[in-house]
Amino acid sequence: MGFALQRDGRQMTVSISGDFIRYQAAGEAARLVRHIQKASPAILILEDKGIGRWDSSLLVVLYQIVRAARVAGITIRKQTLPDGLQRLIDLAFSVDRKPSRTNRVRSGFIIRVGEAGIRVAASIRRGIDFCRQTIISVGRWVRGKAVMRRVDFWFALDDCAPKAVGIVSLISFMVGLILAFVGAVQLKSFGAQIYVASLVTIGMTRIMGAIMVGIIMAGRTGASYAATIGTMQVNEELDALQTMGISRTDFLVLPRLFALVLAMPFLALLADIMGMVGGAAVGVFMLGISPSEYIHYSMEAFNLTNFFVGVFHGLVFGFVIALCGCYFGIHSGRNADSVGVATTRAVVYAIVWMIVMTGIITLVCEVLGI
Amino acid sequence: MTKPVMIDVTDVTIAYGDFVLLKDVSFQVRRGDIFIIMGGSGCGKSSLLRVLTGLTPAAKGHAVVDGTDMVSADSAAKDAVMRRCGILYQSGALFSSMTVAENIALPLRQYTGYSDKMIEELVALKLALVGLAGFQDFYPSELSGGMKKRAGLARALALDPDIVYFDEPSAGLDPISSKLLDDLILDINQSLGTTIVVVTHELSSIFAIGTNSVFLDGSKHGVGAHGKPADLLKNPPNKTVYEFLTRGKEYAQRTK
Repeated sequence: MGFALQRDGRQMTVSISGDFIRYQAAGEAARLVRHIQKASPAILILEDKGIGRWDSSLLVVLYQIVRAARVAGITIRKQTLPDGLQRLIDLAFSVDRKPSRTNRVRSGFIIRVGEAGIRVAASIRRGIDFCRQTIISVGRWVRGKAVMRRVDFWFALDDCAPKAVGIVSLISFMVGLILAFVGAVQLKSFGAQIYVASLVTIGMTRIMGAIMVGIIMAGRTGASYAATIGTMQVNEELDALQTMGISRTDFLVLPRLFALVLAMPFLALLADIMGMVGGAAVGVFMLGISPSEYIHYSMEAFNLTNFFVGVFHGLVFGFVIALCGCYFGIHSGRNADSVGVATTRAVVYAIVWMIVMTGIITLVCEVLGI
Repeated sequence: MTKPVMIDVTDVTIAYGDFVLLKDVSFQVRRGDIFIIMGGSGCGKSSLLRVLTGLTPAAKGHAVVDGTDMVSADSAAKDAVMRRCGILYQSGALFSSMTVAENIALPLRQYTGYSDKMIEELVALKLALVGLAGFQDFYPSELSGGMKKRAGLARALALDPDIVYFDEPSAGLDPISSKLLDDLILDINQSLGTTIVVVTHELSSIFAIGTNSVFLDGSKHGVGAHGKPADLLKNPPNKTVYEFLTRGKEYAQRTK
């Protein structure tokens, strides 16, 4: 099996013989091309000297030889090759289309920083525009002019409220359990384990319940919004809405936004209760506090202001998660990879914005003395 | 001399729950054929293709591809058969996060011991064969529909398959691109002797490339006709086949 080169005046012959199945041809092809380029004959003959079974690995060698010969202006004769090989070589050179762009050139540092700045500015503009359009859509809905199907709202509500109860309950119960357990270890050393009830009640109602629900719903529902709307973008459903003159925010954002904003305060309430139940489990079964005593201390620590601040957090988080999910879904690219990126961004940005909003609410509460 | 049978479908029934899509479908595809599976929309062409490629189990029957029954074989045996087959999906089904070269190199890296250099050369060759020389570094999103199909075909041909399946190759292509793809199918078939199975309802392609065919009749949930497309047009066995092959011409007028 192999290739033999023979020079005869201005003519060079490449004799080919043997089987070529899964043949590691790259080195051989480069060697032959070097020889041919060095000899630079006027005519190159590709000769079948007993080619047996062959696959693309033989074709790779011939393709490279012919390509190099064509570049060097050498005449090629391949009439003795098997018909299939001849046809495939012709086929490989039958289309002389060149890619419309050259390979990417890496820009300099300054240019890349500048481009990143432009991208960020454009992204901020898009975000502000999206919020503005959402507010306009809400205004249209108030006036009864928004194209929002009621069934979409009920579907979204069903998805983000009853179906989320299980996971929210479980996680909140565990968080209450952990909060109580960690607090108990410290409080026990002062003989003040009874204050575990106060710790859990204040912690869960003021902020922890809402934060936990926010994180769960960002990962569960926010991601689902981005993936669903992103897939609609891939399937050109968003284009269809636009060409029908139907506002994307009316049709896609409003039902999801309303559902989540409505559901989140209730889920935050559920998280508060389940967190306190988790704390009670530690207090009663680990610290030996009686249930009535635990309830008494919990009720003493319970503060309606804290409770409403927690629920308000839930409401704000509902806005944030729904807007992030829908925004990244609508601005997703048109392939599978882009939908994945949109989903990830929806979750990450929702969590970041939830933390930012928590900071703002805390600051406002501090100023107002709440 | 009769060519050996590559695909032998016997009494295949495809059902989704209680709904029977196709019942007792039987046909044979011989080595080197360009075999057309044709029929109206929703008649079960693509479902039959999924059975042949082992993606969907048939409710009953046998679909023997190169000696392995894709209905009853275990997944390892199906994988072994599919390594000798290539598939071009309707949209090309290129992986969007990979360049064209990476898409084509994937099966080569997975199933051959070729060096990186050899894989690079093979990718260049396969792209040249489908008329996309130099497009290695492009992402699928940068290609037109026709180019995506060609790149998908280059990937399908990566392992020099014995059988190549095409699912609606002409769908979404302009007439010229469609003809170029038909020519490419013929070239591959004639140069490599590859057996080709094409699922389509595109009449121009059916007559241009088909050497044998089966017509799936949606109303009968089974085979409506079997034979060379040109022969079926000349001697249509029934009204449905004639109307399909003539874009709805009156059957009665023809028989008068």
